[in-house]
This record gives sequence, C-alpha cells and structure tokens, in this order.
Amino acid sequence: MSVRTLPLLFLNLGGEMLYVLDQRLRAQNIPGDKARKVLNDIISTMFNRKFMEELFKPQELYSKKALRTVYDRLAHASIMRLNQASMDKLYDLMTMAFKYQVLLCPRPKDVLLVTFNHLDAIKGFVQDSPTVIHQVDETFRQLSEVYGKLSEGEFQLIRQTLLIFFQDLHIRVSTFLKDKVQNSNGRFVLPVSGPVPWGTEVPGVIRVFSVKGKEVKKMKFRHGGDYVAAQKEGSFELYGDRVLKLGTNMYSASRPVETHMSATSKNAASRAQENIVPNPLAKEELNFLARLMGGMEIKKLSGPEPGFRLNLFTTDEEEEHAALSRPEELSYEVISIQATQDQQRNEELARIMGEFEITEQPENTSKGDDLLAMMDRL
Amino acid sequence: MFRRERSIPLRSSAAALSNNLSVLQLPARDLTHFGVVHGPSAQLLSAAPEGVPLAQRQLHVKEGAGVSPPLITQVHWCVLPFRVLLVLTSHRGIQMYESDGSVMVYWHALDSGDASSVQAMFARGIAASVHFICVGTCSGRVLVFDIPAKGPNIVLSEELAGHQTPITDIATERAQGQDGVADMVTADDSGVLCVWRSGPEFTLLTRIPGFGVPCPSVQLWQGIVAAGYGNGQVRLYDASTGALHVQISAHARTISALDLAPEVGKLLSAAEDTFVHIWKLNRNPESGSIEVEHCHGECVSDTQVCGVRFCDPLGSSFAVTGYDLAEILRFGTV
Repeated sequence: MSVRTLPLLFLNLGGEMLYVLDQRLRAQNIPGDKARKVLNDIISTMFNRKFMEELFKPQELYSKKALRTVYDRLAHASIMRLNQASMDKLYDLMTMAFKYQVLLCPRPKDVLLVTFNHLDAIKGFVQDSPTVIHQVDETFRQLSEVYGKLSEGEFQLIRQTLLIFFQDLHIRVSTFLKDKVQNSNGRFVLPVSGPVPWGTEVPGVIRVFSVKGKEVKKMKFRHGGDYVAAQKEGSFELYGDRVLKLGTNMYSASRPVETHMSATSKNAASRAQENIVPNPLAKEELNFLARLMGGMEIKKLSGPEPGFRLNLFTTDEEEEHAALSRPEELSYEVISIQATQDQQRNEELARIMGEFEITEQPENTSKGDDLLAMMDRL
Repeated sequence: MFRRERSIPLRSSAAALSNNLSVLQLPARDLTHFGVVHGPSAQLLSAAPEGVPLAQRQLHVKEGAGVSPPLITQVHWCVLPFRVLLVLTSHRGIQMYESDGSVMVYWHALDSGDASSVQAMFARGIAASVHFICVGTCSGRVLVFDIPAKGPNIVLSEELAGHQTPITDIATERAQGQDGVADMVTADDSGVLCVWRSGPEFTLLTRIPGFGVPCPSVQLWQGIVAAGYGNGQVRLYDASTGALHVQISAHARTISALDLAPEVGKLLSAAEDTFVHIWKLNRNPESGSIEVEHCHGECVSDTQVCGVRFCDPLGSSFAVTGYDLAEILRFGTV
C-alpha cells in the first residue's frame, strides 16, 4: 500500500506510549524529577535525527512483531523497566488508541492533525529541555515537508494502509468502554451525528443543474444521520488550533486504564495462522531493525543511577496474573531470528546492541531486557 | 422496506478498501458467488438462496517477494459473452482465474520499472467490456486485455493513457443501440473521469475534470455516469457531453462503493459513514436531463462500509461488507 505510512504510525504510537507512561509514573508516585527524566530520555531517543532519517525513507510497513521490538527498545531507553506483562498492556493501549484515532478521523489527511496533537503534547513533556524541543520541531518540519504536499488520494491510501495494519484488533479498553466510544464487543462506535469533515456538505441535498451549469433545482432527502456543518479547519502550522481532539491526551492521574483480553475464536484462527507460518522475511526485518536502532542513541548512564520498575497494573499480583492469563493468540512475539544463518548480520546487530548501555538491575532483571537475549530465548 | 436477512460468515474480515465486494449472480443455478478482500488473501464463497453458505476458497497473490506479504487491492468477476473470469489485482500484478477461482489462467506482473520507489505499485479497477477485460494501475494507465472465448491465450492488447494518478474504479455498459460496442468510464484518485468507447481500439470520448477529491467508485447506466467522491458526494454526468446534471450530498464520509441494477436503473451507494443509500435514476425522455430520486437509506451501525452490491437484477436485495467485519450482511425487501 502506501510507502509513507511508517513515520505516522511510529510517531502516533510513540505519543500514546508517552501518555500512558506519564499517567503511570504519576499514579505510581515516581518523584517528579525522575519521571521527567524518564520521559525526556525516551523522547530524545525517539526524535533522534539519524533515527528520524531512517524512519522517513519511503518504505513498506513492517510486521507488528518488528514494530513492537522497536517500542520495547524505546520503553527501555531510560532508567525505567517494564515487565513483559506491563509492556504487553502498554502496547495494547497504544495500538487500540491509535486505531480509534485513525478510524474516527473525519478526513484522511486529519491523521496529520492527530500526529501534530501528539507532537504538541510531547513538547509539553519536555518543556524544560530546549534541545529536545528543537528535535521535535525538526520532526514537525519534516512531517510538513513530506505530507504537506500529498494529495487526498494519497492520504486515503495511507489511511487504508493503517487500517489494514490494525485489522482484527478488538482489545477492550476500559476508558473507551466508559466513554462509550467502544462497544462491549470491542468494536468502536462510529457516530452518525456531529460536524461533517471540513470540505464535506451536510448530507441530505440533491442539486440539479441545467445544461449551462446553473443550479435549477434543489431537493432534500432524508439521509438518516444528524450532522451539522464543520466550524473551522484545524491548523497544520507549527503552532495552531488543531480543532480535532483525536490524538490529545485522554488519560489523567485519576483514571486507571485497564484492558480486557478478549479474542474470539475467529480472530484466534487468523492470528494463529500468522504466528505459525515461519517468517521468511526475518532477514529483511532484522536489516530494518539494525538500521533503525543503529540510529537510536541510548544515553549512557553516568554514576550509580538507580533504576526502577514501572507497573502498568495496580498491583504486582495483578501484573503477574495478567502475564499468566494472557490468551495465546494475543501474545506479541518478538522477532525470531535464524541464529544459525547469517552469522555476519547477527554480529553486526550484536555490535549495535553493544553500544546500548543498559543498567544492570540487581534482582529484577527480566531476561527480556536485552534484544539479543530475547532472540536467544526463542 | 428493507430488512436484515441472514448474514454469511467470512473466514477473515474485510479490508478497508474501496469496492470491496464482488457478487456473481447465477440465478439458473440458484447460487450467488461473493468475493471479499481480506488483505493478503481474498475469500470467495458461494451461497444458496437465504444466504446458506456452501463452498469457500481463499486466493493469494502469486508472487511474494518483499518485506511483507503483498496485498490484494480488488477481486471482481468479469462477465464476458462466452465466459466468466475472476480477476484479482494486487501490489504485484493481475491474476485471472476461471470463475470459481479453481484455476489461474493468466498472470500479468506489473512492471517494477514503472513507478519510482517513492510510490507504491499496484493494480486496481477491474471491468469487462465486450471481449476485453480492463484493469487500472497506480500510474494511471489502463491495461486492456483481449480475452478469447476459452483457454489461457489472453493478450495485453492496449494501454490507455488518460489519467495521471492511480486508477480507482472502472465501469462499463453496452453502447446503446450497438452490438459489440461498449462504453467505459475510468476514474482516478484525483477525481478525473474518462469516458471511452471500446472497439478494436479504445477511443476517448469525454474527459470530466476532478475537483481535488478522489473518486473511489463509478458506475455507468444508459449514458449516465454515476460517480462517488471522497467528500461524500454522488454526481451524475452525461457520458457523451461530460455535463454535470445532478450533485447529491449523499454521505458524510468518503464513498466506498457504488453498484447498479441496470434493469431498473437503481443505484446503490455506500460510504465510510456507515450508511447505504438506494437511488432511482431516470432520463427525462423530453429534455434528456438526468433525474434522481432517493428510495431508501440504511444505517449499518458502527460499520465502515467498504463494499456493496445488489444481489438480484431488480435491486430488491443487496449485500454489504465492512472493515473488520467477518461476515457479509444481507438485506432484502420486506
């Protein structure tokens, strides 16, 4: 489909990840300066110039596995640690939120406004760091340059590509259920009222024209919805009123977010299929990861900076229970590498990974922290 | 006027594409074939009356080089004078099968030297025109394949240039009062419409300019071009002059599919706004102007409709597919 989808996917999912982490850091009463540092480290890694360069190259979307591996790495770009269960839940929340935003975008190009909403909020998280703000602004400029000149047709293709990526994901999110934007079967509510997209007329009118092109008759018909005209268009400038609320932070400290694991047998069948078939593209994806993460500069920690573990659940017991009870078909497998083949590439990846310094957690280190370790496990 | 009838379950959900439902009516055999694209696979299934599912089959793209499995863009039955072929378009090329999808009779790979790496490469837009099958491409060119009465000797006979942006949909109908000649309308991502006359060579009759919005779906009936646009409008043009006769603010989101019941002049429109509407088209015999009347509207709750087709020649029943929906919804007249 579209070869311009990856930056939008990555930035918006990243934005949602930061919203959730910010909420959990506050809920877990992590001291303000530590929390700010965590977000700062992740954001500066995300918006690293070399990384962005790789991301913006025209390319097909990679598999869910490959993308998930990048976020695993990103979430650990600071002194914060997440157990597998928490990382799974984080990824569920990220993907369902962005799926919802894409689905509800009034116009296909509004996905750009959603992205700008995320970037605006991200700048809020790092307002004390002018260098990081500059990085985000740079990315903003790059987005405007690449996407500013795309046609409606190209945006529609991007939208379709994103929706194919999110197809068959129906994880129920408690905030969505409570706000009645998601049904109990996991499907999102598509309202048939409210403002029409900018550039669309309120449905219900039939206009008849003469041979000369003059409107000679106007009739109405009952279309069934309850729409009103759009008030104004959102701004695509560096600063401006986006108008659209999609992509803004829906979490607040007082709203714990839970997900409910629900997979129908139908979903299980098609997803199991996806996982069983050996991935002959692992090499391509490894290449992609190597290039992408080669551009990811992880800050080397100086001194005995104590790390901490963030829990996406309310208690440790809950987290443990979630890990054990996660349905098989919803497990996110990380990239499976044919360790016996392609020795050279593995060495290359090991070298890149070696440049990432990860603080050794004394007791809580889960073996999954290191990408290579994750690969060895499989 | 219409009520929900029994749905037909699908193995996998429908993808968020335009024109994502093809129906082959076989009244003589009391069968209806359905074709839906899931993504990397397409599902064909046949159903008896009342929607009882019978056989089903899955098709994939022929060649799979690349980062991820290549995606199918459209699946469509082409009814020709002597045979029916099933055509599948994808990001690799064009595949043609016998109508039950059992045997592939032809494969055309898209020329990779065609598009730059900055653009995706795909074929999309399928229609039968006399003994030709026409397929659109992302470059805007329309490929014309000459189809023999039987066998695999299919030949690419012509490439039509008339569009600069990816083709979205193609529609055809027999030219009025002439045998062996058909008219064809092609639509693209920038909303441009081209009307052609088929023959040993295709000739461009009219070009209708776009207005900055894609035209995902188009139909042709008695010299009337019915076009659905990305801003929810359905427009009716005169095919020979290109003049706009009627403009309907039909939907609140992009049109995803149109279908026609040619015997009765009924038009079906579906959009991402969850609505399906039925219209009656008419040509005023005195003035020659095109008239339209709204017949019925149906809300398919919380479903981004991606495909719609009439299931009988009189337009008294229709089927709907929606993004993420693993079933074909059916509606019939009460």
